[in-house]
Amino acid sequence: MNTGDTAWMLTSSALVLFMTPGLALFYGGMVRAKNALGMLMKNFIAMGIVTVTWIVVGYTLAFGPDIGGGLLGGFDYFGLKDVSNVIPEDELGAIHGATVPDSVIMVFQMMFAIITPALISGAIAERMKFTAWVVFIAIWSIVVYAPMAHWVWSANGFIFKDLKAVDFAGGTVVHINAGAAALAAVLVLGPRLGFRREIIRPHALPLTLLGAGMLWFGWFGFNSGSAFAANGLAANAFIVTQIAAGVAGATWALIEHIRHGKATTLGFASGAVAGLVAITPASGFVGPVGAIVIGIAAGVICFLALQIKFKANFDDALDVVAVHLVGGVLGSLMVGLFADSELNPLTSDGLFFGGGVEQLGRQAVAVVIAFAYSFVLTWVLARILDVTMGLRATEADERRGLDLALHEEQSYVLAE
Amino acid sequence: MKLIVAYINPFKLDEIRDALKNAGVSGLSVSNIQGFGRQAGHTETYRGAEYEVDFVPKVRIEVLADDTLAPTIISTIETTARTGSIGDGKIAVLAVEDVIRIRTGERGRDAL
Repeated sequence: MNTGDTAWMLTSSALVLFMTPGLALFYGGMVRAKNALGMLMKNFIAMGIVTVTWIVVGYTLAFGPDIGGGLLGGFDYFGLKDVSNVIPEDELGAIHGATVPDSVIMVFQMMFAIITPALISGAIAERMKFTAWVVFIAIWSIVVYAPMAHWVWSANGFIFKDLKAVDFAGGTVVHINAGAAALAAVLVLGPRLGFRREIIRPHALPLTLLGAGMLWFGWFGFNSGSAFAANGLAANAFIVTQIAAGVAGATWALIEHIRHGKATTLGFASGAVAGLVAITPASGFVGPVGAIVIGIAAGVICFLALQIKFKANFDDALDVVAVHLVGGVLGSLMVGLFADSELNPLTSDGLFFGGGVEQLGRQAVAVVIAFAYSFVLTWVLARILDVTMGLRATEADERRGLDLALHEEQSYVLAE
Repeated sequence: MKLIVAYINPFKLDEIRDALKNAGVSGLSVSNIQGFGRQAGHTETYRGAEYEVDFVPKVRIEVLADDTLAPTIISTIETTARTGSIGDGKIAVLAVEDVIRIRTGERGRDAL
């Protein structure tokens, strides 16, 4: 065991957990005042529900010894059985020669499993029933998240081992996964009352900026912690994360200034998050130059992707598709352009580093697999829940606001 | 007794409060409101989507005054709030039947 690595991984785990309240505020500020607590709660509850699903069965399905074909982990770690506080000698299911205990990897990965379904909540905002959401994320974390984490991040997962596509911190597992699920969920759920007819505005952008800041801060654990060690690769991931976030935020603000004459706070925050998303899969494979290009591309392309929902007419309330799906695809593909095998021997060189299109092709296949699996399974899950328990709040509850209707609370009371 | 209700531009509030104090007003109430009148609304842009918002932020001032001071208050608000641009606001003057100071139970002009 390496105590320095272990200390960094425990710290990173706390940083990644901190992103979920950050996401809650990021989203909470963007909805109307009557739905603010409903939005916060859909994120916070993930910290409860997914903690349980992960320790019982999610971790073993994702990181248990492979049952064959790189498709799923077995039940060896069911209920955290044999998940040890020391490095097991046989290194069963341990990741790429880790120098930290299995239990630390388990808890670090738990934080990713928590925030990924929470990301979907931005799409279904202001209309999904809380009870349906609880059941949805419990099942989704087991059926959709855990298998994909196995394919991409387990040493024997087929996307990592056979396809040789790489994803440093979650371009496919977290962002494409959540983005594709968001799209499927809103197609089943339908648009909010008044979508495209009424003015539906963010009610408290300072909360959104606070949340964006918390996300940015926590993202250093997300990306840099994905080195699983306190080493040079972690340092690289830390630095390119900062570069991509800053460049993408500034790029987005610049586009707004050119197109609308004024840069916005929401625009800068959205751009920064888009940059963080796009650098996520690449942060352990690209250097500063790649990070600058990824940041610019994320700022431009995710901004343009905002129009998709209006063109295709689906109500992705807080743009999970434009930011996480599009940003995740972008970052995953950019690995195929800017990957540097000298930085990290787990990848082949990208197109611009003399490696040809081979790695780009692998990345593209991984993107398609991740999108297709998440979209199809999420759509089926959402349909089943819609038919059995109902996904949507009643029309009256939606008009009244989810805070009072579903939680019997208000964000902002009149006096005292 | 009169209740003078003025709808003004928010950036004029401090100036009006000072002017009213100098004119002898001992108390007033203000609230943030939104409304529309002849002044056009404004555009708000969120993630590239532009919204035309009719309602403009304004401040409502309420002053209770006896009949002798009321004309001074009205003219003070009128001259202080005026910029000459559309959206300067309106003043309404209402007759007041009675005023009660809750702490002491005083009524009428004594309660002002």
